[in-house]
Amino acid sequence: MVDQHVHLKGLTLRNPVMTASGTFGFGEEYTNFIDLSRIGGIIVKGTTIRHREGNPYPRMAETFGGMLNAVGLQNKGVYYFVNTIYPRIRNFQTNILVNVSGSTIDEYVETAAIVQNLDQIPGIELNISCPNVKQGGMAFGTSATGAARVVKAVRNVYKKHLMVKLSPNVTDIAEIAVAVEAEGADSVSLINTLLGMAIDAEKRVPKLSTITGGLSGSCIKPIALRMVWQTARAVKIPVIGLGGISNAADAVEFLLAGASAVQVGTANFIDPAITVAIADGIADYCNRHGFNSVRDLSGALILEEKSVKCSPQADCGN
Amino acid sequence: MQRPTSFIMDCRLTEKTFLNDRYVLLLFETPKPVPTAFPGQFAQVRIDGSPTTYLRRPISICLINNQRELWLLVQIVGDGTRVLSTLEQGAVVNMILPLGNGFSIPQKSETCLLIGGGVGVAPLLMLGKDLSQAGHPVLFLLGGRKSTDLVMRNNFEKYGRVFYTTEDGSLGEKGFVTQHSLLKEAAFDRIYSCGPKPMMQAVATYAKKQNIPCEVSLENLMACGIGACLCCVEDTVKGHVCTCTEGPVFNIETLKW
Repeated sequence: MVDQHVHLKGLTLRNPVMTASGTFGFGEEYTNFIDLSRIGGIIVKGTTIRHREGNPYPRMAETFGGMLNAVGLQNKGVYYFVNTIYPRIRNFQTNILVNVSGSTIDEYVETAAIVQNLDQIPGIELNISCPNVKQGGMAFGTSATGAARVVKAVRNVYKKHLMVKLSPNVTDIAEIAVAVEAEGADSVSLINTLLGMAIDAEKRVPKLSTITGGLSGSCIKPIALRMVWQTARAVKIPVIGLGGISNAADAVEFLLAGASAVQVGTANFIDPAITVAIADGIADYCNRHGFNSVRDLSGALILEEKSVKCSPQADCGN
Repeated sequence: MQRPTSFIMDCRLTEKTFLNDRYVLLLFETPKPVPTAFPGQFAQVRIDGSPTTYLRRPISICLINNQRELWLLVQIVGDGTRVLSTLEQGAVVNMILPLGNGFSIPQKSETCLLIGGGVGVAPLLMLGKDLSQAGHPVLFLLGGRKSTDLVMRNNFEKYGRVFYTTEDGSLGEKGFVTQHSLLKEAAFDRIYSCGPKPMMQAVATYAKKQNIPCEVSLENLMACGIGACLCCVEDTVKGHVCTCTEGPVFNIETLKW
């Protein structure tokens, strides 16, 4: 039997598979298809202090191997979550983390403080990386000082597990990770979506109402994997890997690159039962490769001398 | 919000009929009975073997016979639907169904007008069948560019009187459905519509003017189809709501048309 547990500060995951915020609703949307007690955790939809209508339709464009979205953090606000949704989902037999977002530091702090009072929510994922909102979101996550300021302020009031979701739309994601680690983040999750664009050439119009949007899906996996690799070498706190994970082999790659756990996002849209299959597949991989614990997989990448010569930043054309 | 019980199932293609150069009728056998499907609901169809098709495709349920025989009317638009149209008998297609809310069936006897255009006629077949079996007089008003666009006419004629319009006048009255003389001459208690958005908007305008309750089925772009991604939203009097879970059928009173 493979020990699939993953320990993060303040919470234990049954297995390393969580669901990415914005791709799994509040978990209820998936109870027709999977037993939620078979996955490590759910990160629920991005939540802000007040109700947000999100961006106008159209918000989605299919792309090669993925999709762009421009939802814009549509949600009914943290009080609606507390009063209406939380009572419905609090007894789910898995870890429920709330993705917290805001336009100002005060909004992040206020929302985090409210979520802290919910006894069945062992942690939050701080979203400083949403590319689809005008204020806040990615604006904080694209500089080390901005990221550090939000994390510091939230850390002051939030005492449970604080995961920080990082933006890939930066020059050096590891630098941002180091900055949030220094302010007390318990883990980092990466990557959020990559800023992209799609055009309908026949109509000569952008496909999204916001012109640009966030790219997700299989097509972003190599970029996400590279960033997880770079970040895992730069910080001591656990790294949660996500970005295009569609099957167990993808998930194992992220663990080998140094992630302690993974999140599955866009793949849930294509196969609502994929998370359980991925968890089972990771255990199967451990069995086949003689790992007694999935924790031993984390960073177990074998590096030959030649590959070590390439620094993470270098352009290794060979 | 009421969430339907939906299943992920592998359905087997049992029959394929090209109805014209763009429409193909696919009949599938579901692996288990689908007793709870309502007219207006849809299936999220996974398409394998099309490199440019990443997401499932939402396709209206055209009919379910004996809880096991699923009819999908597919218009070939892009590569995904093209690949669907090339499947051979026996091919297995993964679907999530039934999804969405469906049309509402009146409690007491009402004369129902079902207005469809293009591939939007698909869900009106199952609706017409259920309405007529519940004892409601059913009138279909179906429109297309030319007579060959008006498919499955025999099927519709089983469940009610059918009126046609074509833009070239090759079948029925010439013009758009909303110009048909039936709308001036007859009275209806309820209107249902599915088709191109401009057509449904014209139908909604007519229904409002005549003060007739009206439901329309939207086909906003979807990613998940189960209310998780919030991509397919329609701007309604209740704000942005998911077309996949709170629709695809909307009473026109809730829309900002």
